[in-house]
Amino acid sequence: MGEMKVNEKEIVVPGETLAEGMDYLPSYGTHRAGDKILASRLGLVSVEGKVIKLVPLSGVYQPKRGDTIIGQVVEILLSGWRISTNSAYPAVLNMKDATSEFIARGADLSKYIAIGDYVIAQIINVTSQKLVDLTMKGPGLRKLKGGRIINVNANKVPRIIGKQGSMVSMIKDYTACRILVGQNGIVWIQGDDPNKELLAVETIKKIEREAHFVGLTDRIKNFLDANKAGITKLS
Amino acid sequence: MYEELRNEIISLLSKQARLDGRKPEEYREVKIETGVSRNAEGSAKVKIGDTEVIAGVKMEIMKPYPDSPDDGSMMINVELYPMSSPEFESGPPDIYSIELARITDRGIRESKTLDTKQLCITPGEKVWMVVVDVCTLNDSGNLFDAIALAAEAAMEDAVFPTVENDKIDYKHKTDKKLPMRKKPITITVYKYGNNLLVDPTYEEEKVYDARLTVSVLENGNICSLQKGGDAAINTEDVFKMIDLAKAKSKEIRKLF
Repeated sequence: MGEMKVNEKEIVVPGETLAEGMDYLPSYGTHRAGDKILASRLGLVSVEGKVIKLVPLSGVYQPKRGDTIIGQVVEILLSGWRISTNSAYPAVLNMKDATSEFIARGADLSKYIAIGDYVIAQIINVTSQKLVDLTMKGPGLRKLKGGRIINVNANKVPRIIGKQGSMVSMIKDYTACRILVGQNGIVWIQGDDPNKELLAVETIKKIEREAHFVGLTDRIKNFLDANKAGITKLS
Repeated sequence: MYEELRNEIISLLSKQARLDGRKPEEYREVKIETGVSRNAEGSAKVKIGDTEVIAGVKMEIMKPYPDSPDDGSMMINVELYPMSSPEFESGPPDIYSIELARITDRGIRESKTLDTKQLCITPGEKVWMVVVDVCTLNDSGNLFDAIALAAEAAMEDAVFPTVENDKIDYKHKTDKKLPMRKKPITITVYKYGNNLLVDPTYEEEKVYDARLTVSVLENGNICSLQKGGDAAINTEDVFKMIDLAKAKSKEIRKLF
């Protein structure tokens, strides 16, 4: 009979034994070694039935199918673009997944998306060898024009978005900025008022810093209320 | 490349704003700390915002160059460490590192701040050589100004080591300072479209059109200039950039 070695919500470090025996199944952030299940990264334990997984507390982004990410074009390929995903694995955006426009054979692809441009795209597949494919066909997926890019810890992205997007819509309401949050921790912000744009940047950094606090939404609301008119300098 | 970023920076500059909230002519906080290394004859650490560089001065005795038998010499070297920026790689110095070293060298050399005659021990036989090494700890933009400031501060800090029977004892320092007469301050002004700014961040440095590095003396005289970047600048631009550099150099000079 299998046995759990740690409690739910406990913080574990890589290599720590989570369970013994074959009754439990390893999921995200864990792996099986012999008849034990070990943690692969620093995180909080979460058990759902027989499945053990970790909610990561640190570490870089791991591409996952279905994630919407923001990436930067780093190379132009024969029939698409190579996109940096803020992880160890670059992704490929194929021409046929990028646009429904007709692109003639041998056309200059940099006319559509150039090196250095940012795109918001969805991951359609991640192979076992970590080859990542992207698509830009879907609502809201496009090349990003203007605006600024900031980097946050990808593990804090759920807190920045909030429940059903509540946090990010609150920031949008207060700052009148257009904000897109990629699952890979890259955030795009565009606003008409530079001071309010800075407020949005500072708010997102504050969320990232204080992600583990209880009552985060109220703290952020107070912060936004106190700086309604925008801020003039990054701290 | 980075066309979107450049457009964003220009559109912000037209509203007198920048990505980090500064005004175009605003410098980040500058911190100068001297005497940071025990082994060097003089040293300084300079921080401009998150940009951080460290400079050290070493002194040696050498035979003077034949064309200037009673002049000591000076050498400035810049090392860009791979840990300080994703762009820097180990290996032989690249063109950027050479340009940084040359601009810093020229700013200090042409200001005639170092009295090379006083570095002479025996004319034609022995003179002091001052070697300044600057290393980057973190590149968050504006390395030009940071490195020049660190080199200048380290030289101001430097003292001669003791000499006995022609041998230098680096362990024991004298209190005799290097013969420094002036304080050149180097300011680099960047141009984006029709806008000027100083002290660019890492992002801003990626997309500038042109830059002008100006070394200014205490009385407002200019002792060296270097232009960089792909775009051309006209005389009107040059004067505007020099005026801005002069104004900023006064601010930085107060920190010395």
